[in-house]
Amino acid sequence: MRHLGVLARIQLSDEEVQRLTGQLDAIVDNIAKVSEVATPDVAATSHPIPLQNVFRPDAVGDTLTREQALQNAPDQADGRFRVTAILGEEQ
Amino acid sequence: MTDLTRLSAADLAAALTAKEVSSVEATQAHLDRIAAVDGDVHAYLHVSDHALDVAADIDRRRAAGEELGELAGVPLAVKDVLVTTDMPSTSGSRILEGYMSPYDATVVARSRAVGLVPLGKTNMDEFAMGSSTEFSAYGPTRNPWDLDRIPGGSGGGSAAAVAAFEAPLALGSDTGGSIRQPAHVTGTVGVKPTYGGVSRYGAIALASSLDQVGPVTRTVLDAGLLHDVIGGHDPHDSTSLSDAWPSFAAAAREGATGQVLKGLKVGVVRELDDSGFQKGVSASFREALAAMEAQGAEIVEISAPHFEYGVAAYYLILPAEASSNLAKFDSVRFGLRVTPQGTPTVENVMAATRDAGFGPEVKRRIILGTYALSAGYYDAYYGSAQKVRTLIQQDFDAAFAEVDVIATPSAPTTAFRLGEKIDDPLQMYLNDVTTIPANLAGVPGISIPSGLAEEDGLPVGIQFLAPAREDARLYRVGAAVEALLVDQWGGPLLDRAPSLTNGATR
Amino acid sequence: MAKDALMDFDEALELFEPVLGFEVHVELNTATKMFSAAPNPANEANHGAEPNTLVAPVDMGLPGALPVVNAEAIRSSISLGLALGCSIAPSSRFARKNYFYPDLGKNYQISQYDEPIAFEGSVEVELEDGTIVTVPIERAHMEEDAGKLTHMGGATGRIQGAEYSLVDYNRAGVPLVEIVTKPIFGAEHSAPALAKAYVATIRDIVRALGISEARLERGNLRCDANVSLRPRGQERLGTRTETKNVNSMRSVERAVRYEIQRQAAILAAGGTITQETRHWHEDTGRTSPGRPKSDADDYRYFPEPDLLPVVPAPELIEELRAALPEPPAARRRRLKADWGFADIDFQGVVNAGLLDEVEATVAAGASPAAARKWWMSEISRIANAEEREPAELVSPENVAALQQLVDAGTLTDKLARQVLEGVIAGEGTPQQVVDARGLAVVSDDGALIAAIDDALAAQPDVLAKIRDGKVQAAGAVIGAVMKAMRGQADAARVRELVLERAAQ
Ligand SMILES: [Mg+2]
Ligand SMILES: [Zn+2]
Repeated sequence: MRHLGVLARIQLSDEEVQRLTGQLDAIVDNIAKVSEVATPDVAATSHPIPLQNVFRPDAVGDTLTREQALQNAPDQADGRFRVTAILGEEQ
Repeated sequence: MTDLTRLSAADLAAALTAKEVSSVEATQAHLDRIAAVDGDVHAYLHVSDHALDVAADIDRRRAAGEELGELAGVPLAVKDVLVTTDMPSTSGSRILEGYMSPYDATVVARSRAVGLVPLGKTNMDEFAMGSSTEFSAYGPTRNPWDLDRIPGGSGGGSAAAVAAFEAPLALGSDTGGSIRQPAHVTGTVGVKPTYGGVSRYGAIALASSLDQVGPVTRTVLDAGLLHDVIGGHDPHDSTSLSDAWPSFAAAAREGATGQVLKGLKVGVVRELDDSGFQKGVSASFREALAAMEAQGAEIVEISAPHFEYGVAAYYLILPAEASSNLAKFDSVRFGLRVTPQGTPTVENVMAATRDAGFGPEVKRRIILGTYALSAGYYDAYYGSAQKVRTLIQQDFDAAFAEVDVIATPSAPTTAFRLGEKIDDPLQMYLNDVTTIPANLAGVPGISIPSGLAEEDGLPVGIQFLAPAREDARLYRVGAAVEALLVDQWGGPLLDRAPSLTNGATR
Repeated sequence: MAKDALMDFDEALELFEPVLGFEVHVELNTATKMFSAAPNPANEANHGAEPNTLVAPVDMGLPGALPVVNAEAIRSSISLGLALGCSIAPSSRFARKNYFYPDLGKNYQISQYDEPIAFEGSVEVELEDGTIVTVPIERAHMEEDAGKLTHMGGATGRIQGAEYSLVDYNRAGVPLVEIVTKPIFGAEHSAPALAKAYVATIRDIVRALGISEARLERGNLRCDANVSLRPRGQERLGTRTETKNVNSMRSVERAVRYEIQRQAAILAAGGTITQETRHWHEDTGRTSPGRPKSDADDYRYFPEPDLLPVVPAPELIEELRAALPEPPAARRRRLKADWGFADIDFQGVVNAGLLDEVEATVAAGASPAAARKWWMSEISRIANAEEREPAELVSPENVAALQQLVDAGTLTDKLARQVLEGVIAGEGTPQQVVDARGLAVVSDDGALIAAIDDALAAQPDVLAKIRDGKVQAAGAVIGAVMKAMRGQADAARVRELVLERAAQ
């Protein structure tokens, strides 16, 4: 569970870890249910309406201005988004 | 003068076109209504502070003789899942509080282009995860029929807004029933179009392969009118269909004559037997079918053996896609940023932000989805669930070889009480048993009011499903049944809802 | 950072067999990005744009944004796949590779996973000594680039010790083709040279296709080099390291050599190799450990639900196949035969990276030998001195025109070198420089004869010797005449006239 929290970048409290651990069973139940009919001979459907080769022409279109790009930035400097150090002190 | 908020969008549009009323008057009437009742209902998260300016502009253009769209000047409520340049877009989440999109969702842009007047953004379960709108980070929306009850979800705000006459039209999104189930519990009309029929561009994604934007209204014709505006191919959405669509408003008008019911084959799913439904829900459903039969429709029992696997498949696919779609909320480019004490790394900041910014249901589904996709489980989990989609599509194909439409109750129960199921996610999930198969298979569905449940006097909806791309059929059948039932009731069902302004609120 | 122990390269090769593998990322030079209509910074026209000015909502992972595939990127990818001898998948699809990093707007990279667009190919790579090595290609897949992080505070540009970082999303969404080789065996002592030659070959291919600017210094081509060693006689492959951040061909060569020496030292001392990514440091010529492979590499791939399968029409594939340029190795074989160069001469041109220039000069009318001579000697010398690329100095057309003036007797070799300097200085075409500087050979016999008569009169003893039949004595007179003409005379003609006048 802690590992899932790391993968999902959610800092889980002990209480959350405990509660969610129990709820993973729901996934296990779902998988058991689905496995009853999801046999190897059944093809998977990834898109409800099958389409293919959906492309756009290589022509410049809607582009944001820098002001638009940065308008919601929690922190910024020099026209760029500013983030805390990527590595910790020990790294 | 008539209360402009009680008019259907079609009637209001006609009055606007005839210059009997102005858009400013219509918009002001709805703003007044919002001011009067939304303190109780809480359908809106944000009310536009320039709707009247937009309305005045429409009036000016109309006065200048400009050719305007049929719905020009009619107010519109917009689910907060849709991004807008002039109002915040939060998707019901704290993590997006105050977020201003630099672009409009395609459906919003199209609505503006025909002169619809956006009134505000409606409440929803956070990131559309829920069936009750109780999971909004900004507090629940209440059901206009009974303020102690849920308005459905995730689009409870849009449904409550139209049910409480705070807007004639609203936009919703439906991933597993988020348009149709709120319609069911609020006595309104909701349509989930064929997957790809309406652009998803600018709809904050929950589960990309299931999400679909659609109309939320009080009448079938109004839904058709709005669908005509928002539908059609959008090159910004790769999954958008390039089909030439017929007019859904025309289909609704054609259906309202009632002729369509004669000889119509209506499939009823054997596996969705009455035992799974509240008594009054089944009863209302059976009465609606009987009324259709009396008009010459043929009720045919069909089998959909894989529908029962739909909920399980849905709750594998949805968290998986959602866990990935919601990864973008990381405090770097937009949204909340929470910086922990000390000298945190960017990873710490992201984790603290997401812990603080997401509500419990969102965290639950992200964690479940992360688990379902993590090493070694993809095939067994997500892959298997996609096989169920194939089987459900096959069920639909077999059924539609025999019948024109499938009918089900729109949801198993009437509106439950706020808080009643909030700690029981599995019980909450079962609410979607009737609506989920359409999302998994991509077929269109409509929910229209079928009556009130005898035991609690709350609205019940009937759902019709049609083959993919046959949305027009739903408008024909829906409008026919609506006309039939409204005639039986002697007026729209919503006429029986509490007025909300005479003190009889709590 | 402690200095790694290194084993002598030859000794390492005695004990261990190096096994290589490469992942080369090629930035396509389409007008727009892979999944958005924003201008592509990897196209020359958009190079050097201000940060966060080449972005569309999807590049920044804005809420509600959706990707749409660039048709031209598909064509480029198929062409590259075909040029690598790959099969083109009848159906391929995109997947999401999920991981959090601030330069990744959506926190997943859209890539191809189990169904790449091209697979199973090979390329012929020619080493400097002319040996041809066939490198097996496992796959080439399409994906998008990430944004660019600049680390601030602490040591310049280093992520270690940085106080904060700045993110520019211009590069986010640049179309990439990642070319992945199978393990390459048998390179032996040539392993470092092969690494360099392989990258050069990929560069030549994408340049010939015109699908990438292919400038390594700009990161248009980026090579990750996998190196493992196995003791002689062992079947099982050793643990590999993946060295990233290698942005020049010389560095690729050095990094592979370094890894072989480093790993050999560890293995010989009884140690084990950690499976990890390593970073190449151009300044110190060393690699340092990055992140070890771990659970964090659980990328949770799944098919991208926002995109549809790519199913190229067979006609499209054939159209692109028919339009393929000649493969670089085949082209080299053809040119070498056409030009009739000795191995060493031809290889010299290849190694100097002047094949295109020589070919164009020959096409413009010069003889192969003359074209080679100009590019390999005078032009290269000046380029070296000025620290520029030979191709930047002068056009092949002007080189051919220059040689034509020499062939016509208008210029001597020495004069031609002066004219070349004029051309390089921007004084115009060779003819224009000749005219402007008045550098042509004096072909007016009258002027020459006057000078010759003067010289013969000044050196009667020489005249006597010539008349005696000692023709070689004419050299002294010729020298004097050339000096008098300030070099602007054709020495052969002068000699002819000297003998003529002496006989009278
Ligand atoms: Mg790689
Ligand atoms: Zn890659």
